Amino acid sequence: MSAAATKSKALVQAHDLAKTFDVSAPWLNRVIERKPRTLLHAVDGVSFEIEKGKTLALVGESGCGKSTVARLLVGLYEPTRGGLTFDNQDAHAAFKGNDAKAMRRRIQMIFQDPYASLNPRWLVEDIIGEPLKEHGLITDKEQLKTRVGELLKSVGLSPLDMVKYPHQFSGGQRQRISIARALATEPEFLVCDEPTSALDVSVQAQVLNIMKDLQRERQLTYLFISHNLAVVRHVSDQVGVMYLGRLVELADKHTLFDTPRHPYTRMLLDAIPKMHDTGKARTPVQGEVPNPLNPPPGCAFNPRCPHVNDRCRTERPQLLSIGGIRIACHAVEEGRI
Amino acid sequence: MSLLEVKNLVVEFPGRRGTLRALDDISFSIAPGEILGVVGESGAGKSLTGAAIIGLLEPPGRVASGQILLEGQRIDNLSNEEMRHIRGRRIGAIFQDPLTSLNPLYTVGRQLTETILAHLPVNAAEARQRAIQLLKDTGIPAAEERIDHYPHQFSGGMRQRVVIALALAAEPKLIVADEPTTALDVSIQAQIITLLKNICKSRGAAVMLITHDMGVIAETCDRVAVLYAGRVAEIGPVHDVINQPSHPYTSGLMASIPDMTMDRERLNQIDGAMPRLNAIPRGCAYNPRCPKTFDRCMTDRPDLMDAGATRAACWLHAGAATQAEVTA
Repeated sequence: MSAAATKSKALVQAHDLAKTFDVSAPWLNRVIERKPRTLLHAVDGVSFEIEKGKTLALVGESGCGKSTVARLLVGLYEPTRGGLTFDNQDAHAAFKGNDAKAMRRRIQMIFQDPYASLNPRWLVEDIIGEPLKEHGLITDKEQLKTRVGELLKSVGLSPLDMVKYPHQFSGGQRQRISIARALATEPEFLVCDEPTSALDVSVQAQVLNIMKDLQRERQLTYLFISHNLAVVRHVSDQVGVMYLGRLVELADKHTLFDTPRHPYTRMLLDAIPKMHDTGKARTPVQGEVPNPLNPPPGCAFNPRCPHVNDRCRTERPQLLSIGGIRIACHAVEEGRI
Repeated sequence: MSLLEVKNLVVEFPGRRGTLRALDDISFSIAPGEILGVVGESGAGKSLTGAAIIGLLEPPGRVASGQILLEGQRIDNLSNEEMRHIRGRRIGAIFQDPLTSLNPLYTVGRQLTETILAHLPVNAAEARQRAIQLLKDTGIPAAEERIDHYPHQFSGGMRQRVVIALALAAEPKLIVADEPTTALDVSIQAQIITLLKNICKSRGAAVMLITHDMGVIAETCDRVAVLYAGRVAEIGPVHDVINQPSHPYTSGLMASIPDMTMDRERLNQIDGAMPRLNAIPRGCAYNPRCPKTFDRCMTDRPDLMDAGATRAACWLHAGAATQAEVTA
């Protein structure tokens, strides 16, 4: 494995990942009402790399496929097309084969809602201990307790908390329990799907600080999904902007926030309320995300884009490397903006 | 005269294991045409304040003492029947989730005309015209067609526009908006906030905007009240509260928000959590988390006092004389 690891610097590589859901009407309706099959392209050809110890953030509006990407990365969905390489192994082949457990041990996930992602009938001890038992990492009962205690401490909770139930904790503390559970198997890669969007800002700060500290201590690699651009700016190294199942811009954090190129990225950044300019109105983004079942031809953003021309309405832009970033926009490619 | 005045409002929930005091001595007022923001963490009592004003406290919750005055008239002691005429007519409400505040079985037109007919002396045809105009005002394209659609045929942002139209249907003087943009994406959020601001300005309606998003408060409100554990921690003009907060809780809260213009390795965090209602500490409720706490904070509960441009409930701002007396 160590020889293989030198082949590529990136720990996680997604190439042309795609996931299509069949949302057709039931068979009988299709026959009687002559309805065609309908396919929803939730994720449509997404490629990126994440280096070890770094954070890639994915941002976008609801329905743009962020969470589907997360689920593809942890193997909860099987891709319709494309693949995922983790540490130079084909991850989805591993998820199906004999190495499934080994692969799952190395990739873990933190979910959005800390109220729904913890079993209310289990003690914290069982919740955090389950992955340890499941993966056969610790079998001895006493050792298990010690380890769960250590994990609780690493997320800023007390080992005495292990005999409590989830309802006895606040939202922020619960999210720390899910982080402790995700860390139990000592994973290298954590997929975090909106980990702080259900939390208050003061609690969000606590959770984000813990996540950053843990990353530094353990060289963790994160995929961080959020719709909050200020949070993304704080945690990420690289940022990918998604729109209707595709990446439209992928760049280094500073490049993306200082000089956004894609018109959609610019709109998103303009739409953030500026805290210290009180009373100043934002520039509202015009229009809404189109129906993903029936996306517009050409560039999916064309109905809302101020720089649209005929080519944008017919030809779909590819993600190209332009000036050190990757961007899918005809206007940028042609030098119009 | 202020449009809405809340005086020493106390809301309690009697229970088997004693009475929980969820709102403790809340006072504020809203002038006509003003937008007051109410912020705070979950459980601070933001939504409860809104619910008490529109008379929709869930039993066993009740207004234990204090007064709520709308245009000088007490509305906290009215019967349900009397309150029903005020709600919708004089106070409009917008809630967080636009899908649950609309009836999925009726077209939006029917829901709008029902509200208009209930409160205004018009006939059915006039009510429909009015409903179409309201939908147009809230920026719904092709309002004549859309009026006969069901809520599920609208997107989230469009639904929230319908809810705003519904709240405005009887031209209320006051609108209580409880987290109106929390369920929406940031791009749609900007559209809705701009709409809410413009439409209230053009109609001269006052708004009480409840949210946990400081960014929304900053761009929308004239004044802001920060709630903590059922009390007002600080209240004042939005610019001063955000840029020179006087209460340590407000400063902590402001510093914990990730900033788009600054790079920080760690965010400033307020350790601990807001106390539960059955375990509010003696003295100032914020004392276990406060970095500036001193003796008096442990024993006496501070009321709102003048603190520069704002008013804060913090002993740091009790005049120098009293402070010296306490520390001596």
